[in-house]
Amino acid sequence: MKRARIYGLMAEFDTPVEIVKAARVTYEAGYKKIDAYTPFPIEELAEAIGFHKNGVPLVVLVGGLLGCSGGFLLQWWIATISYPINVGGRPFNSWPAFIPVTFEMTILFAGLAAVFGMLALNGLPMPHHPVFNVPRFAFASKDRFFLIIFSSDPNYNAVRTRAFLETLAPRSISEVPD
Amino acid sequence: MDDPTQVETGRAPVIGPGYTFGTITDKISSIVLTRPTSTGWLIGFGISFLIVMVLLYAIGYLFLRGVGIWGVNIPVGWGFAIVNFVWWIGIGHAGTLISAILLLLRQSWRNSINRFAEAMTLFAVACAGLFPLLHLGRPWLFYWLFPYPNSMNYWPQFRSPLVWDVFAVSTYFTISLVFWFIGLIPDLATLRDRAQNRIAQIVYGMLAMGWRGSARHWHRYETAYLLLAGLATPLVLSVHTVVSFDFAIGIVPGWHTTIFPPYFVAGAIYSGFAMVLVLAIPIRKFYGVEDFITERHLENSAMVMLATGLIVAYGYVMEGFMNWYSGNVYENYNLWNRLHGPYAPWYYALLFCNIVLPQVLWIRKFRTQPLWLFLVSLDVLLGMWLERFIIVVVSLHRDFLNSSWGMYYPTRWDWAIFIGTIGMFAAAMFLFIRILPMISIFELRTLLPEAEEVKSE
Amino acid sequence: MTVETQLATSVPQRSSNNKMEDNKPHREDVCPGKKHKLDLKTAHAQIAATKGPEYWRSLEELAGSSEFQEMMHREFPKGASEWLDAVSRRGFLKLMGASLALAGMTACTKQPLEPIVPYVRQPEEVIPGRPMFFATAFTLSGYASPILVESHLYRPTKIEGNEKHPASLGGTDIFAQASILGMYDPDRSQTIAHLGDVRTWGNFLEAIRGPLSAQKAVQGAGIRILTRTVSSPALADQLRSVLKLYLQAKWHVYEPVNRDNVLEGAKMAFGQPVETQYRLENADVIVSLDADFLYAGFPGSTRYIRDFAKRRNPDAGEMSRLYVIESTPTSTGAKADHRLSLPSVKVEAFARALGSVLGMNSGGDGVLDRDQAKYVAAIARELQSHRGSSAVIVGDHQSPSVHALAHAVNQALGNIGRTVVYTDPVDANPVNQTDSLKDLVADMRAGKVDMLFIMGGNPAYDAPADLNFADALKNTNIPMRVHLGLYQDETAELCHWHVNEAHYLESWGDTRAYDGTVSIVQPLIAPLYNGKSAYELTALLAGQAEATGHEIVQGYWQKQHPGADFDAFWRKSLHDGWLAGTTFTPKSVNLKSAAFPPSAVGDIKSIEINFRRDPSVYDGQFSNNGWLQELPKPMSKMTWDNPVLVGPAMAARMGLKTEDLVTLELNGKKVTAPIWIQAGHPDNSITVFLGYGRRRAGRAGTGTGFDMYPLRSSATPWFTTGVSISKAGGMYILASTQGYQTMDTGDGVTRPIVRTRSLEEYRKEPDFAQDDKPPAGLTLYPGYNYRSEPYAWGMAIDLNACVGCNNCILACQSENNIPVVGKEQCNKGRHMHWIRVDAYYQGDRDNPKAYFQPVPCMQCENAPCELVCPVGATTHSSEGLNDMVYNRCVGTRYCSNNCPYKVRRFNFLLFQDWETPQLKMMRNPDVTVRSRGVMEKCTYCIQRITQHRIDSEREDRKIQDGELQTACQQSCPANAIVFGNINDPNSQVSKLKANARNYGLLQDLNTRPRTTYLAEIRNPNPELEGQRSTAEHG
Repeated sequence: MKRARIYGLMAEFDTPVEIVKAARVTYEAGYKKIDAYTPFPIEELAEAIGFHKNGVPLVVLVGGLLGCSGGFLLQWWIATISYPINVGGRPFNSWPAFIPVTFEMTILFAGLAAVFGMLALNGLPMPHHPVFNVPRFAFASKDRFFLIIFSSDPNYNAVRTRAFLETLAPRSISEVPD
Repeated sequence: MDDPTQVETGRAPVIGPGYTFGTITDKISSIVLTRPTSTGWLIGFGISFLIVMVLLYAIGYLFLRGVGIWGVNIPVGWGFAIVNFVWWIGIGHAGTLISAILLLLRQSWRNSINRFAEAMTLFAVACAGLFPLLHLGRPWLFYWLFPYPNSMNYWPQFRSPLVWDVFAVSTYFTISLVFWFIGLIPDLATLRDRAQNRIAQIVYGMLAMGWRGSARHWHRYETAYLLLAGLATPLVLSVHTVVSFDFAIGIVPGWHTTIFPPYFVAGAIYSGFAMVLVLAIPIRKFYGVEDFITERHLENSAMVMLATGLIVAYGYVMEGFMNWYSGNVYENYNLWNRLHGPYAPWYYALLFCNIVLPQVLWIRKFRTQPLWLFLVSLDVLLGMWLERFIIVVVSLHRDFLNSSWGMYYPTRWDWAIFIGTIGMFAAAMFLFIRILPMISIFELRTLLPEAEEVKSE
Repeated sequence: MTVETQLATSVPQRSSNNKMEDNKPHREDVCPGKKHKLDLKTAHAQIAATKGPEYWRSLEELAGSSEFQEMMHREFPKGASEWLDAVSRRGFLKLMGASLALAGMTACTKQPLEPIVPYVRQPEEVIPGRPMFFATAFTLSGYASPILVESHLYRPTKIEGNEKHPASLGGTDIFAQASILGMYDPDRSQTIAHLGDVRTWGNFLEAIRGPLSAQKAVQGAGIRILTRTVSSPALADQLRSVLKLYLQAKWHVYEPVNRDNVLEGAKMAFGQPVETQYRLENADVIVSLDADFLYAGFPGSTRYIRDFAKRRNPDAGEMSRLYVIESTPTSTGAKADHRLSLPSVKVEAFARALGSVLGMNSGGDGVLDRDQAKYVAAIARELQSHRGSSAVIVGDHQSPSVHALAHAVNQALGNIGRTVVYTDPVDANPVNQTDSLKDLVADMRAGKVDMLFIMGGNPAYDAPADLNFADALKNTNIPMRVHLGLYQDETAELCHWHVNEAHYLESWGDTRAYDGTVSIVQPLIAPLYNGKSAYELTALLAGQAEATGHEIVQGYWQKQHPGADFDAFWRKSLHDGWLAGTTFTPKSVNLKSAAFPPSAVGDIKSIEINFRRDPSVYDGQFSNNGWLQELPKPMSKMTWDNPVLVGPAMAARMGLKTEDLVTLELNGKKVTAPIWIQAGHPDNSITVFLGYGRRRAGRAGTGTGFDMYPLRSSATPWFTTGVSISKAGGMYILASTQGYQTMDTGDGVTRPIVRTRSLEEYRKEPDFAQDDKPPAGLTLYPGYNYRSEPYAWGMAIDLNACVGCNNCILACQSENNIPVVGKEQCNKGRHMHWIRVDAYYQGDRDNPKAYFQPVPCMQCENAPCELVCPVGATTHSSEGLNDMVYNRCVGTRYCSNNCPYKVRRFNFLLFQDWETPQLKMMRNPDVTVRSRGVMEKCTYCIQRITQHRIDSEREDRKIQDGELQTACQQSCPANAIVFGNINDPNSQVSKLKANARNYGLLQDLNTRPRTTYLAEIRNPNPELEGQRSTAEHG
């Protein structure tokens, strides 16, 4: 039976403090292709693994602008070009009356952009992922904190990397089969 | 309230002592996963389900006969339907407020009540959304209010507040839904990993979309969540503003007033928090989560109610003052009619429920003792419903031409549909607390001392 | 179906002109031949399901009672009625729909067989889609209303006044307007019946042949014919010839609303029956002694309204002054400059007092109090200073002596020939009808009657109680009782044979207007149910079984107008709508005696009861007419009922509230009915209206209201004293369409709705109504420019001219296919009238000033309704019309909420009848039939505008001012409503809008209404001002 490829090495920690510390050390040790899994968001952790800015705000901005202009143009086009009609003696382009809908469209598009942008950037939905192969990983959604060094990292070496992880005094270390 | 765990201020903590990431997770997820369905739940759900059947029957008859089965007439073209619509929409506002505005204000105590507050928002808005559709003379043509390309090349009339309503309410519902769902994803992942039952695993797994809590994901997640909160905040304010435009844009004395937007929003939050408490107080009792929904939460909500209640009171005062100060005979009469007309008792009841009685909240006892608070909240819900009744019916029934004055008498069909939506709301809440974590597990984890230590580093 | 084909073919297709051919294809459209199950029981139950607890009403509001409790009381019962039967109204219609199978088969338009002559004004021959107009006449109690009937492919759809006829001048009255529904009424008797079983005309002929020949032997000693008032020369001639044939036979006449007093008064004064006409255009001072001469039912009212209105214009010539001394408040009283509220029993005393001041030896005892005496003095002075230009008019209810006295007074004032004219009576057989009926009953009881022919009329229901006619009919076993009538009513029930009568729109005839002018009645359509006319039945008695109405009428006039030119004469008469040279010429009569025997009035101290014809259903003959049932009565705005009217003072004294049930007892007879507190009703007096409480009227009339005939005796048909009133306990819901009948609001403000001033004040300050006019161009938005358009439609309504006759409401209902909704819906404020006439009372409740205000859609230039419609279902046309697009409406009702005038109407349920074939035939094909869930409202009769625009464009010209009239304007006898192009400075409407009195309703809202009003100016006598508290407002 041929042995499965290795996706990475995973170390398990008990507290947020430990994982953050571990992550920093690992990053400084030159491992760049790493990630951490925690049951709740820890801002420091992202920096620790060298992940600083994400594209979500830009996506939201674009969505908002689209909604805003689209919303107003739709109303303006309908009221003045597509079907201009005298309503209560008001001018065709009674723009003040178009503001509420314009506003709502802005929010709607920006909001949806935020959600779907975030999911897309995170590559979700993704029903299966190698880390799930590790039985103890189930605790990542409860009270355990995991640090992984991907096998794709140039400095990765099954033996040396495991030795390095040992120095971080994790609760356990497990190989992540691909 | 920066450090949520501070006890020395003499105020209850937002989370009871002695909890760990694990125990929090187990306690909350067990409600959904392991705890057997209680008879209390079955009875409660059963009753509300029956009421939903009544609602469906009433709606069926309504579609069969037309809105004539209600008490609406000329001059009172809008009756219970719009009253209930505004009432439900208002209730919805608290959820968004708690999850969005308090998040922006870094009110971490919100973490334990925002989940079901958001659910409440969704269900309330769903109930509200029914009415504009049902009250149409030809409900099967409701989609004419949306701008869709059609052979007549004819479009909605965007100067009408009702069209603004359509956009505001549908946007509000959509955003609240995604906001709520995004908040659920990490907990769904938790349930996925905790669930023993295969089906549960699959279902929760699907919903969790493969969430694995990667630091990168958390980073984007937090940004998106924060931005959504930032967007939801002006949205929630705009929704009730737009709803108030339904009246403020009209020329009917008692409707045509500029103070409506702010005082509608305040009123919305007022009734919303009342509903939060009406839900939270029994839930924390029956599911023993007093440690997560503590006195602190009750007291904070009570204080929000007190504050918004005072804003509403100010609204009434200004409304009356402007009626008088305008010197306009029709505006003057509107005030007189509220105070002395056939519906005067309802107006006084409103003043009592919304202004007089809630003042007991100045006393700490009433803010912290669940039973008292529960009763005050019910009273506020009633009061806010009366407010909408006064605004809709009493303004319409006597407007400009004396010859066209009339009265409005709700029929049993009006009541059936109103109560029916309450049943629908309750049924939805029952299902929610049974199949989804009613308290945000992952956000609760961040409240633990261990989680805080990272920052202090 | 076999029967169907039978009947369908029973009308030969021969036709004088070949129009039948183009007509045929359209048959199918109008002849669905639907059949429905008839479920009268449940239906009647549904109609009857209107009782309930008390309802808040306007005068209670004035008195400030606590409506809230009532609301709480009502909430559940009202809910209940909706819960148990949300559909009573729908059921009501279902039943309209569940018409007899026969209806289905006969609901095919059939052109009348004989040549009928269209009225020039529309094409001479049928063009599908274009209506034709035919002149004919509607007759009520012997007096004709000359009309034009709009006909679409031989379906009469709308009734309009005959503007060329002196008795109409284009105006109509409500009964004529509504008679079109009468013809299509699915409840009309549709067959000949014997003891209730369906029979044929043939069966009937056989049945009477024997008895008739038997009568020959005894010179018809056993033959009795009972008719209503007959003014038809031809019919009268026929009847007389029957009497010649059977010398012993007798012709009796009876109308419940008869003019015996007028007749006796004339005999008393002149020794002969004369007709009294008034020339109100010449009258500076008009004194009405209990005469409601400005409302339908008073002979000549249509013309009188026109003449009266002409003299009420403060801007042209001298404005006339009207004094009304009356008991029951009427619209005439509402228009008075001075109204004296006086019990009927005292009117005679007033007349005598007035007479003696004017030099008659009329006595005049001390019944009157100081104020009343003051009135006498003031009026007498006015009359003396207006010799020859004044008129004293007496109501039919008043005793012969009062009529005689009035004749004497008019003569003494030299009014004869100027404002008052005497002619031969219009009634072809002017006998005392009460006596006539008495004789008949006596003969019946004496067993002298073998064959009784009741032609029209319903004596079993409406004969005086003391004659017990129904009993006489039932229990005196007259061998042969024949009833000819439109309905199988209470009388038909008691007759052996019932012959279904042809409606006047289905049959030939002739009739006289109040001025004697004869009109030929042309059928607009072949009888829907093959009914027979009185002419044909009478011909049968005269032995000409086969004679058709056409032969009879034409034959008679051929005799009157022999000569070669008869055909031309005939055609012209049919075309014009009257026979030239038949108008009565004034006849000079001189007073026989100046003695006025006192008439017996009971104990004046005891409570007086007045019997009045109902303003809507008259004597009961229209009680199955949904339009009239739902027509708000001029003063109370009541629909579907006839409560007992009680004055405020009396009600307060007796602790009565509106809608309390009371029991009236008068010489042994009892009736229980609800009361209505009527502002202006004299104290110690009550009024009941006849015509309700029918047992066999039809789905609309049966069981509606309360039958007052049992209280009415032949000795005192109009008023008497000694009635006793006692609370019966319980309430009865009354459906009034006007919630609040004063412009004063609870906070002590009087709203400027009807702007009014006295003549002097108006002269001082002509533009008083302009004070709240917003400055032009007061808007953030640039206004829409209508001035560049060829037309900008506008309407001006002169409140001075309007007499609240309600014609506009029915004309609109007929023109625009407006449904009837029934009492329960009216009670909920869901009546559908596109134009309403508001009545406001101001001042002293015991004798208030009253004002009428017709309110159609204002067609605002800045329409609040349009702004809020989410789907753009109501938008503005370039000509300034506030268009309503029914098929775009989704029914949010936001527009109605935002309409400050509340002129929009909503189809809360399926109000329109989509099933009944007859009603389908009646509809105006140019107007959409609205369905459930859509908003509707006045459109300024846009279908007419379009029609005229098409015509004018075809002729490459603009629409001329006046050629285009809205339905309300057209039917208005007072010319109060003027519609036209306000972009044309010379149009009549532009001129009116330039008048200083012109103001927009709620104009301070800056809605810029296209419909505006001319403020009302009253012309009070300075001497009498302050006689009653005058509410100053506007």
